[in-house]
Amino acid sequence: MDAEVLRSYLPGYAEAFFLTIRIGWIGIALSFGIGILTAFVSYYKVPVLKRIAGVYVELFRNTPLLVQLFFIYFGLPKIGFSLSAEACGIIGLGLLGGSYMSESFRSGLDAISKVQTESALALGMTNFQVFWLIVFPEALSLSVPAIVANVIFLLKETSVFSAISLMDLMFTAKDLIGLYYNTTEALFLLVLFYILMLLPVSLIGSIAEKRARYKMLGV
Amino acid sequence: MEEILRVNGLSKKYEDLTVLDQLSMSVRSGEVVVIVGPSGCGKSTLLRTLNALESIDGGEVVLEGEVINPGNKNLSRVREKVGMVFQSYELFPHKTVFQNLTLAPLKVMKADKKETEKEALALLERVGLSSKKNSYPRQLSGGQKQRVAIIRALMMHPELLLLDEITAALDPEMVKEVLDVVLSLAKEGRTMIIVTHELQFAKAVADRMIFIDGGRIIEEGPPKEFFEHPRTDRLKKFLHSFSYEE
Ligand SMILES: Nc1ncnc2c1ncn2[C@@H]1O[C@H](COP(=O)(O)OP(=O)(O)O)[C@@H](O)[C@H]1O
Ligand SMILES: [Mg+2]
Repeated sequence: MDAEVLRSYLPGYAEAFFLTIRIGWIGIALSFGIGILTAFVSYYKVPVLKRIAGVYVELFRNTPLLVQLFFIYFGLPKIGFSLSAEACGIIGLGLLGGSYMSESFRSGLDAISKVQTESALALGMTNFQVFWLIVFPEALSLSVPAIVANVIFLLKETSVFSAISLMDLMFTAKDLIGLYYNTTEALFLLVLFYILMLLPVSLIGSIAEKRARYKMLGV
Repeated sequence: MEEILRVNGLSKKYEDLTVLDQLSMSVRSGEVVVIVGPSGCGKSTLLRTLNALESIDGGEVVLEGEVINPGNKNLSRVREKVGMVFQSYELFPHKTVFQNLTLAPLKVMKADKKETEKEALALLERVGLSSKKNSYPRQLSGGQKQRVAIIRALMMHPELLLLDEITAALDPEMVKEVLDVVLSLAKEGRTMIIVTHELQFAKAVADRMIFIDGGRIIEEGPPKEFFEHPRTDRLKKFLHSFSYEE
């Protein structure tokens, strides 16, 4: 490996790294919102909306992100909606992630017994207080492992962004290899930056998992 | 003594199954009523209708002159007056013992923080759990959890306390520590409706016994007569199922 080559590639990778992180985390934040909302709607069996949530989850869990991105990036302009590649990336990741997050929250919600809810009602709490003070925090704690897994999965999925010409890490690597044929250096940096992106999430995630588990179950 | 609760012709069905069949009863302030009956006879359903956790198909529940039904706008206000303790404790697992006690008073009654905390400490002291103040529910034994559940209900200053088989899930050696708390509540004049299979305890705590079977009250009366001179065959048979002599 050539240190000079590595050094000359570094700025490009750094830029791609921050772009990937930015889109990744905004998309994940969006997926959080969508996930909580749809899980809520299906848990409380809100008429009509619960059907829509169900169809949405099935649709997005069972199609690849690449296909979803193509629809948003190439399909939507045909019916008059043109979005920037970055916006498409965020929306695509948010929608895909939302369907996964929804399932994770839902399993947390389902793990809370009916009588736990009733004990809160019996203390005079309103339905909203029961949800906000009891059901939601408990479900969130129970869903932590699944949520961490989703976050890591979604960050890895950002690697298909290059298909809609977003200059993410994958795009940068392919570009440099195509231009200069320094395959080893380009791949080395690619792996390095993905690890840099994911390792902290993994570490923080496993601490969060342990804490949530300890709090709820004591082991 | 004044009447605090009245149940008039209460009926409850699950599809074809009639669980409560035009049941009527009333409870006076300071009275301890113990309900017994075979499993599945509708005891839990009855208690749950009393604070509108369960809808009803006929009759009415009147608490301090106010008709309770699950369609009410201010159900939570009504429920503040009725405390309930469940067989499975139902402490909030993500909150400490202390937070379990103070959560509802602070959020529901908007009670003064200092006063509420003082009261929580005093109640913990009373049931011998001061040292568990900062523990999480999972760190407690069943008996300890149930004592916390009882004082959590007391924190809301309920007019009426409903206890549904609160020792049924406990190991035998823990039953007494919980029932002792209930006895002390009875002594200080709390109004309670207690469902239990602990007949010895029922004898000791009850002002009035009620026997329910098939969703109806079959027999009721003061504990002495109830246990020593049951009038109906059904109650005789029920009481007999608890004894071992030939
Ligand atoms: N949610 C429900 N749906 C259908 N049947 C129920 C439901 N809850 C209770 N039941 C039935 O109602 C009857 C009375 O139940 P319950 O009040 O729990 O009895 P108990 O507390 O006296 O053992 C039982 O036959 C039970 O199977
Ligand atoms: Mg029962």
